[in-house]
Amino acid sequence: MFDYATAAVEGALAAGATYADARAVVGTTEYLGARNGVLEQLDQSESAGVGVRALIGSSWGFYAVPAPTDTEARSAGERAAEIAKASALVAGPLLSLADVEAVEAHWESGWHEHPDEVSLAEKADLVVAVTSDMAASPGIAVAEAGVVSWNTRKWFVSSQGHRISQHIVECGASMSATAVGRHETQRRSYGGRGQYATRGWEMVRETDLAAHCTRVADEAAALLTAPECPEGHVDLILGSEQLALQIHESVGHAIELDRILGWEAAFAGTSFLDLATLGEFRYGSALMNITADATLSGALGSFGYDDEGTPAQRVDIVREGVWVGVLSGRDCAAMTGLPPGGMVRADGYARLPMVRMTNVGLLAGDSSLEEIIAATDDGVLMDTNRSWSIDDRRLNFQFGCEIGWEIKAGRRRRMVRNPTYTGITPTFWAGLDMVAGPDEWVHWGVPNCGKGQPEQVGHTGHPAAPARFRNVRVGVRG
Amino acid sequence: MTPVDPGGICEAVLDAVGGHAEAEVTAVVGGRALTRFANSHIHQNVAEELVTTSVKVCVEGRQASASSTMAATNPRALADKALSAARLRPVDEGWPGLAEGPASNSIDHFNLDTAQAGPELRAGVVSDFVNAGTDSLSAGFFSTSSASVAFANSAGHRSSGRTADAMVEGIHRRGLAAGRGWQRAVAVNEIDGSLSGRTAFEKATAGMEASELPPGHYEVILEPGCVADILDFLSWYGFNAKAHAEGQSFAELGQATFAPSISIYDDATDIASTGLGFDAEGTAKARLDLVSQGVVAALPHDRRTARAAGTQSTGHAVAGGESFGPLCTNLFLAPGVTTPSAMVASVKRGLLVTELWYTRILDPKTQVVTGLTRNGLFLIENGAVVGAVRNLRFTQSYVDALGPDNVVAVGNDARLAISGSVVPSLHLASWNFTGGAQG
Repeated sequence: MFDYATAAVEGALAAGATYADARAVVGTTEYLGARNGVLEQLDQSESAGVGVRALIGSSWGFYAVPAPTDTEARSAGERAAEIAKASALVAGPLLSLADVEAVEAHWESGWHEHPDEVSLAEKADLVVAVTSDMAASPGIAVAEAGVVSWNTRKWFVSSQGHRISQHIVECGASMSATAVGRHETQRRSYGGRGQYATRGWEMVRETDLAAHCTRVADEAAALLTAPECPEGHVDLILGSEQLALQIHESVGHAIELDRILGWEAAFAGTSFLDLATLGEFRYGSALMNITADATLSGALGSFGYDDEGTPAQRVDIVREGVWVGVLSGRDCAAMTGLPPGGMVRADGYARLPMVRMTNVGLLAGDSSLEEIIAATDDGVLMDTNRSWSIDDRRLNFQFGCEIGWEIKAGRRRRMVRNPTYTGITPTFWAGLDMVAGPDEWVHWGVPNCGKGQPEQVGHTGHPAAPARFRNVRVGVRG
Repeated sequence: MTPVDPGGICEAVLDAVGGHAEAEVTAVVGGRALTRFANSHIHQNVAEELVTTSVKVCVEGRQASASSTMAATNPRALADKALSAARLRPVDEGWPGLAEGPASNSIDHFNLDTAQAGPELRAGVVSDFVNAGTDSLSAGFFSTSSASVAFANSAGHRSSGRTADAMVEGIHRRGLAAGRGWQRAVAVNEIDGSLSGRTAFEKATAGMEASELPPGHYEVILEPGCVADILDFLSWYGFNAKAHAEGQSFAELGQATFAPSISIYDDATDIASTGLGFDAEGTAKARLDLVSQGVVAALPHDRRTARAAGTQSTGHAVAGGESFGPLCTNLFLAPGVTTPSAMVASVKRGLLVTELWYTRILDPKTQVVTGLTRNGLFLIENGAVVGAVRNLRFTQSYVDALGPDNVVAVGNDARLAISGSVVPSLHLASWNFTGGAQG
């Protein structure tokens, strides 16, 4: 497959590109989904093709073809260069690339049990059994479960001499139970969307969906008759599942350098962060330590090299509450004089690589969830995301969770339904005053991060442990 | 690439399945291109060729699906993959069987100029959008796409069609203020980058020096882009026979859930719409009235939900719909007679909303949604727009928003939205804003 990528790069250079790179990608996705004890979906998809990008002047041109011949791959490179040339009608400042060592390398993600080695029957039995179990619980109208695996091989070639192949295996599992009342529904799940990792099927076995059936179903049913989350300003304790999404939305997207530079302004939006304050801006309290770490073994946002050939790396983003780093690629790094972060990836062969989160996580503290609860006089504990919304500068957010509990005088009291909270990003993070320790630190995977036009779906990771935030507005409702 | 015939791919895959199973195949051959601009210049410019084939087989009641970008050269591999998977799964008691007989209609939302649009044409439209403003930064995209699509199943049903689509959407920014303009059409020659750019620039200019308004209930005029968002949520979670069967939909047939001025229908046959004339199961599409003068009149069905409900498919199957259920893809909210300017003139104190952004549902049954305003929010007092307002967060039931006592007027300005719905402006008596810039 290197030959196709090489032909595409050669075609782009011959047509006038000052730089070109290409990825040949062969990927398969398998999904099995069950509902109320019936296997509902068994889908297998495969895609193979070459995507080539050519740099001319101020713009990238990109062209993608499925399953090309050598000639077609070369032609794709020529088309990419022609597209880049056409951009000159509305030109901007010249684009350059930050230096990255050109390497020849191969990288494979680790797995103990390849998902293809597990029979479809076993996978089907798992999701059917889990949904049968939950559906049999009193009050559950809809029980769903799914397992997914991605098997991706990539061959990357650049005009600067990169020649990198990678084989990445990812797996995921999800489950939820929905109770339907007369006027509303209540849902409980494992991890919201589930759990996902750059690992083999062993990750699904360790997740052990069956072990969560009773709790998930019982909590969904109980929520229907639980009291509404109280309104007001209280101390908010977030479980690690919800904190993972809080990090994703209010930190992960805000620190994307392409957003900060306005490249995503019309769609995803910009960022409240101003590069002039990098190294000085106080993002949150001194307990806030955020890293973007693509080297974290097994986490969903891990890889060997990004889709520009830059090695995976760990970058400090927020250190003791101060903003110190960004997510970047070679072009935006060159434009700003910052080091390239190796954080550029594409959703398959047919999409232009762009800045994506890796594993953006909050480092563990030295407390525990039980200690946090015990130290809280008046608060609400919330977990597992149900709705998420944030403005286009990543400042004003409102999240809804599946479940909450009142915390009074250091003890967990009654369950509350429809828990929501809202805030302004730096104000919210300034209130962080307790973080649980490494024992409760979980690498949550988010498999559905949307960005770009045409829209791309990215896989990101968000390590997090339970944490407390002071004086947060809760109980917002329509 | 060498031109590929989607009908030929379908036949090749069906041949490969042979007599081993019931089977339906969809092949899409086409292209998509998108020119993206930011900071007033083109920075990302992409195009791709599309050849995708999906097959669904059912072996003695056991059903599985597979798709590939390589079926044109290796149809047997795709067929074998689906067949081997189907044999391993449990019997699917809900399998509705295949659509039978020729059922194609004459819908052809296609335009050759759109299909043949190149990067120079796209750059020209972008240039027009960008140059519509001065002392501003613009960002957005202009895209063109087209496809030939074929459907075939082992029961002898054949359908085919073509689609074409062109859309421009972007903003002009002036300081922290932004305005949005957009246009979507089947024919690329109908797209006017200057017009969309001017709309965006004028909104951005009007949005400068915005003031802060306290959250609360406000009378609102929602522009068509906002109304399209409402229709999307009502459709995904409500007008869905599967969600309805599970008790998760707000929809109750025969109930006057909405104001009498609200009529909602789905109609791929309308010339104002886009897309194909048949659904993912090959069923021909036709107009379906979902809400007639405020009363919930019908729900969309695919073959699976129709079988369960003892009725006929309405032609709303989508790929992967086994899980999500049938969906409307050509929604219309019937226009009224009120002009947007007359709406403004009738408001004593309220807000004019350009766009709803990052909207997420809190509960599908109540249709309570949270989100924010974006790219233009303006205060109306005594019948005139008097100034710009900083963006607000809302938490609002979309069903209640269109409820019997809340719809003041329906606009006469229906247009094809970027989402694919055809929608007018709406004047609503109340909208629940729950937060401002400070939370």
